[in-house]
Amino acid sequence: MKLLDIKNLNLSFKMENGVFPALYDVSLSLNKGEIHALVGESGCGKTMTAMSIIKLLPKNAIITSGEIIYNDTDILKSSDKELRNIRGSKIALIPQDPMTSLNPLYTIGNQLLEIIEKDKSLTKEEMREKCIEVLELVKLPDPKNKLDIYPHELSGGMKQRVIIAMALASKAEIIIADEPTTALDVTIQAQIMKLLNEIKKEFNTSILLITHDLGLVGEYADEISVMYSGRIVENARKDEFFNNTLHPYSKALMGALPANTNDKILKTIDGQPPNLQEEIIGCRFSPRCEDCDITVCQELPCLKEKTPNHFVSCHKV
Amino acid sequence: MKLGKFILKRILQTIPLLVIVSIISFFIIRLSPVDPLAELRLNPSISQETLAKEKARLGLDKPIIVQYGLWAKSFVKGDLGITSNGEKVSVKLIERIPNTLILTLIVIFMTWSVGVPLGILGAIYNKTKLDRILTILSSVGMAIPSFFFAILLLIFAVKTGWFPVGGLTSYDFNDMNFLGKFFDIAHHLVLPVTVLFTLSLAGLQRQMRANMLDVLDSDYIKFARAKGLSENKIIFKHALRNAINPMITLLGFEFAGLLSGAALTEYVFQYPGLGRLILEAVMKSDINLVMASLMIGSIMLVLGNLLADILLLITDPRVRG
Ligand SMILES: Nc1ncnc2c1ncn2[C@@H]1O[C@H](COP(=O)(O)OP(=O)(O)OP(=O)(O)O)[C@@H](O)[C@H]1O
Ligand SMILES: [Mg+2]
Repeated sequence: MKLLDIKNLNLSFKMENGVFPALYDVSLSLNKGEIHALVGESGCGKTMTAMSIIKLLPKNAIITSGEIIYNDTDILKSSDKELRNIRGSKIALIPQDPMTSLNPLYTIGNQLLEIIEKDKSLTKEEMREKCIEVLELVKLPDPKNKLDIYPHELSGGMKQRVIIAMALASKAEIIIADEPTTALDVTIQAQIMKLLNEIKKEFNTSILLITHDLGLVGEYADEISVMYSGRIVENARKDEFFNNTLHPYSKALMGALPANTNDKILKTIDGQPPNLQEEIIGCRFSPRCEDCDITVCQELPCLKEKTPNHFVSCHKV
Repeated sequence: MKLGKFILKRILQTIPLLVIVSIISFFIIRLSPVDPLAELRLNPSISQETLAKEKARLGLDKPIIVQYGLWAKSFVKGDLGITSNGEKVSVKLIERIPNTLILTLIVIFMTWSVGVPLGILGAIYNKTKLDRILTILSSVGMAIPSFFFAILLLIFAVKTGWFPVGGLTSYDFNDMNFLGKFFDIAHHLVLPVTVLFTLSLAGLQRQMRANMLDVLDSDYIKFARAKGLSENKIIFKHALRNAINPMITLLGFEFAGLLSGAALTEYVFQYPGLGRLILEAVMKSDINLVMASLMIGSIMLVLGNLLADILLLITDPRVRG
């Protein structure tokens, strides 16, 4: 069942020297109780896609067309007040850098309460209990005493747990996890991903997992979308994606996975992704593509269903 | 308890600093070819006896290191020597310090209560008309030379007769009741406060605007927005305190800076403050007074910073550690 449906989202940035598109016709949906992984190199537009969902974009971003359907309404058309009721209540965000995402001047308890006190029916005592309860859920040791400490007294992993606790406190249906583990070290990464996976199972939460780590995707995702230079280039269920990777960019990403490089030398993808202002005729991946064929790739490919529920945007597939 | 220990530690830390400042000031002054007693000798009302006493206190015939030792010893004892008019330096300072404190505190209070809100407005309405107008006004405020502005106001006061010129009190001050005294002082303070306020407002407003812009762009503000908090809560709870914290350090410097920055203004308005005292002392090469003033200046700087650190200790949990 589709809980959230992004349809043909187009987003541009207004800059001094013109207006430049950053997202082209991005379509993406989230099913109830599933993890949808959005994968792609740095700068391809993952965060902009995610932040469009809660309509928190940089001032110079313009959504030129598209809709984001949630509960039969278009989030992009919601008023500020409606948006505030969605943000942090229905749709929670887990930001990339937990180290800097908590306000250094307020205690953990204080910042957690901001979410819990949205429920006006609770008494002070119940709120406090609720705080402790969610901190227990995210396995923060000694939660009672954590309420009165400040963010700088916690490690990065612990902070990320606090942030996840906020998502739980809001009983959000959807969690947007924007590279939730990039800033953490490897052992902590695994713990945090396991925690998110448990939350998905226990509360039937839908998670949009943004990452550039295909390893994580293989382990936890139900569905995968690969993004390149502002477009979704491939979309499939996880098993189908890993067994039958179609797009040359996805293949290259798979090739760069340490597990798939047999000759001990990590394969990389040659070249850089194009920047926003760079004009490229036809397929935006063509300058870096090994299979590129000048005759056909001069035309922009669109996303087509090649096998059932497996979409890819490439002329050569 | 923790706070007491911190303050004590900080005070002890400042002692070496003050010693270094005193050594530098002392040597610069003594190595200049001015005879420290020249002014006193020229003053016919100073007796030979006083002159001899002062000569002995300074140890002028001894090597300069010994002279410094003698100076330091009498400074610690509270004996700062006499001015070229034969008055005690310490008495003179004690008479002026409260005047300067009143002026400085009023100016700081006013610049903060106007500059901080204007800075916040500028940041919230960044790049809008309001922000541009504020930026232009603050540029004008920064560009006017304080000395020139002070003189303009002086002319204005003389022409209109609306404001008293010079001093802190009127000649009949002693006959006034409490309320009268209060208004008399306030009346005398208007012009110097206006000049110093215009002078320091712009900088403060710009600093606050820049801090606020930084904070509004920070991850924790973005996250607070993602939590669905109201705009009021985001600005007044989350952003404001973070933007003000760095200003507190500035406050410490401002406190000391106004002391010297006020000198010209005090001079123009003949305001009986420390700044004017120092300025006049330097012009008359009144060595004892200059030396004492330099020390007071450093002590003010140190105190200002100490005060700022204590405030920061209260407002920023990261400093508490
Ligand atoms: N305010 C802005 N003005 C102009 N361009 C912007 C702005 N914010 C982002 N961009 C550009 O939009 C593109 C997409 O950015 P986005 O943050 O979505 O990338 P991302 O895929 O999340 O990358 P990362 O993995 O580094 O987080 C980037 O090329 C970025 O340079
Ligand atoms: Mg990103």
